Amino acid sequence: MCGIIGFIDKTKSPMDGSKIKAALSLMNERGSGDGAGYVAYGIYPDYADCYALHVFFDNMVEPKTKVDEILHRWGTVVHQEEIPTVEQPGLKRVHTPWRYFFKPFDDMIGGKVGSEKDIIKHIVMEVNASIDGALVFSSGKNMGVFKASGWPEEVADFYRIEDYEGYIWLAHNRYPTNSPGWWGGAHPFNLLDWSVVHNGEITSYGTNQRYVEGYGYKCTLLTDTEVVAYLFDLLGRQHELPTKTVVKALAPPFWDEIDRMPPAEEELHRAIRLTYGSALMNGPFAIVVASNEGIVGFTDRIKLRPLVVGENGDKLYISSEESAIRVLDPEVKNIRTPRAGEPIIGRFNA
Amino acid sequence: MSLGSIPPKYKVTIDREQCMDCGRCIENCSYGTFRREGDKILIQSRKCTGCLRCVSMCPRDAISLTENPVDYRSHPLWTREAREDIIKQARSGKIILAGMGNASNLPSIFDRLLLDACQVTNPSIDPLREPMELRTYIGKKPSKLEFKKTEAGDVELATKLAPNLKLETPIMIGHMSYGAISLNAHLSMAKAAKETGTFMGTGEGGLHRELYPYQGNMIVQVASGRFGVNVDYLERGAAIEIKIGQGAKPGIGGHLPGEKVSAEVSRTRMIPLGSDAISPAPHHDIYSIEDLVQLVRSLKEATEWKKPVFVKIAAVHNVAAIAAGIARSSADAVVIDGSRGGTGAAPKVFRDHVGIPIEGAIASVDQKLREQGTRNEVSVIASGGIRNSADLAKSIALGADAVYIGTAALISMGCRVCGNCYRGLCPWGIATQRQDLVDRLDPEQGARQVSNLIHAWTLELSELMGAAGINSIESMRGNRDRLRGYMLDEGILEVLDVKNAGA
Repeated sequence: MCGIIGFIDKTKSPMDGSKIKAALSLMNERGSGDGAGYVAYGIYPDYADCYALHVFFDNMVEPKTKVDEILHRWGTVVHQEEIPTVEQPGLKRVHTPWRYFFKPFDDMIGGKVGSEKDIIKHIVMEVNASIDGALVFSSGKNMGVFKASGWPEEVADFYRIEDYEGYIWLAHNRYPTNSPGWWGGAHPFNLLDWSVVHNGEITSYGTNQRYVEGYGYKCTLLTDTEVVAYLFDLLGRQHELPTKTVVKALAPPFWDEIDRMPPAEEELHRAIRLTYGSALMNGPFAIVVASNEGIVGFTDRIKLRPLVVGENGDKLYISSEESAIRVLDPEVKNIRTPRAGEPIIGRFNA
Repeated sequence: MSLGSIPPKYKVTIDREQCMDCGRCIENCSYGTFRREGDKILIQSRKCTGCLRCVSMCPRDAISLTENPVDYRSHPLWTREAREDIIKQARSGKIILAGMGNASNLPSIFDRLLLDACQVTNPSIDPLREPMELRTYIGKKPSKLEFKKTEAGDVELATKLAPNLKLETPIMIGHMSYGAISLNAHLSMAKAAKETGTFMGTGEGGLHRELYPYQGNMIVQVASGRFGVNVDYLERGAAIEIKIGQGAKPGIGGHLPGEKVSAEVSRTRMIPLGSDAISPAPHHDIYSIEDLVQLVRSLKEATEWKKPVFVKIAAVHNVAAIAAGIARSSADAVVIDGSRGGTGAAPKVFRDHVGIPIEGAIASVDQKLREQGTRNEVSVIASGGIRNSADLAKSIALGADAVYIGTAALISMGCRVCGNCYRGLCPWGIATQRQDLVDRLDPEQGARQVSNLIHAWTLELSELMGAAGINSIESMRGNRDRLRGYMLDEGILEVLDVKNAGA
């Protein structure tokens, strides 16, 4: 189950969160009230050059002190505050959502830390793996994840989602079947600019997990989707593969298709499977991934989960259900269902 | 005072009512258990090895074979075997030789690992109706892909792939030399390898010219004795394997008795007729990883860097560190042979007591290579006691790219695991060079049986993967999340990095 929706305005014209809340809520029969979440890009223009670290704290004493220590070791906290929330009758508040706007020190870069993004990755992994009571759930620039255990409306109202304006939105309505329903397990999963919403189960998780852990990622969130964010960061950012190639690594064509390709294309796809076989994802999935460059949606290789695409001018919509897209935009055109493994890419206009 | 003889292990009887006195038992038993005296077939049970050839060939099902009741006073420590070994050694003063794999009664880890399957939320995949990909490439892989821009502004692949072996199934046939086994056995397996799109090892016996038509599916071996190795041999192989050690006998070399060195074996191995072929325990030009690097690169240089080079080691307690060194040696694959690996002949004390099980070895090698960031760049082949498709699937889930089978392939050709391979009298025509015995194995029929086995296991692996919701072997490899331990202790579970059943 699970319901997903993604939206991009290629001109970067912002949209507030009220419509995305309505669209996600339409898919409530795809959820169980155990988790919902939203991510919006372009929401922190005043701190656009800082990393917005969203953290769940179980209490504001020990875990926060430890997180502050780590942040002060690696850079400067430009601003911090509790993420504004409104208590909801049906939503049990179990963590305090907090946000830091953080700049890493330039002089910490060197050796294995090749960029400030490596510093952020390191901080996220260290906090999530070693500090009890603290969990970084969003760490990109000018964007933020908002998620909790609850129904889509409750989570949206809790975070006052309609107050945020973004030019990319992803949202997720969760029906957990193989892992606990908890705040950290709600989607989107995020690392740096990468945010992932997912409907399905990843049967290759054990392989994918061991693969990314070899590169310093630590899977701590008890849910298979987490690994997708790390795979995109590893292949897309660290290995600098084009987005389309990342999708071809994660959901590649079958060998008999590859065998029939023209030589150069065959060589490319064979090279992708040989090099990134451990990144190949199996199982039923429909995924939408966002970054500061745009969004990409794709399904598993035999399309065991639904995905629908629609367009309207500069707007691109990807969702589990056509009806959800129509709630977002009744004028939507070119509704279609992509082929298995086909990447649907929405980029900002140059 | 004489020690006397030890009681026979087997008791052979003929149902005289059923027997039609045809004498096939006499013809078939190369160990001389049966003989004719006058009009009667007599039995000397002491000579029986339990190979079951007579039972299989008797047209009247008149022959029965049972393990002889124990004649010794029963004792939990001083078992029959312990006492008989002492008696044999007291008599001979020699090392006890044994064939086939470890025969001690240690519990199998494979049998205490259970595979996973999907239900409801995660659909299982039906391999009859959906594609199931078992294709596996063995060899060096890049750690990442590089792209470059062409003058026209297009992006194209800059990384050049190293040569890899393309397997249509992750089952290969391990190295058993010509000499240890017969030409017909080799031909059977070579034909089967070609038919099933996989590879077989030549062992250290060189490559007989009758196998040249199958050389595209053969992996040639360079062992410490260098028997049969010249540049022509190297160039004929699809890949080259350096054998450092073997699971049945880690730390020692090989020994092919002179009786098995027939004219053809002598020519193929490039050794004198009838001479013992003794491989030293170490390669005398390899005393460190640096030396190994030199041999790996020399072999690559000799074959113009067109062939993958594997390095095979026995599973020993520091196998992970050794494999990590091999991974950095320019080798394309590391082969780990577990303590249940088979052998034509090994000192019994080695076969049964040296080395570690393959399950723990694969898990620790896979983990170490990942920690060092080289797992993706080198292939891992597991061998040593792979008995069925479940062992195969579990090996892959623990981290192997593919497996080698040895004893299983022999059994598919008729071997009954009697463990007397070193005597050269194999009544099934497998572990022998005696032409009348060799002729008993028809290479066409043998090939069909071996290829049936590989095909059957491949089908079963497809079904196991489909049940787990997995349609490509890449997603099975190292997927320990799809395994659960049952009645394994915490320590083993930690090495395997596998959760307990129910967790």
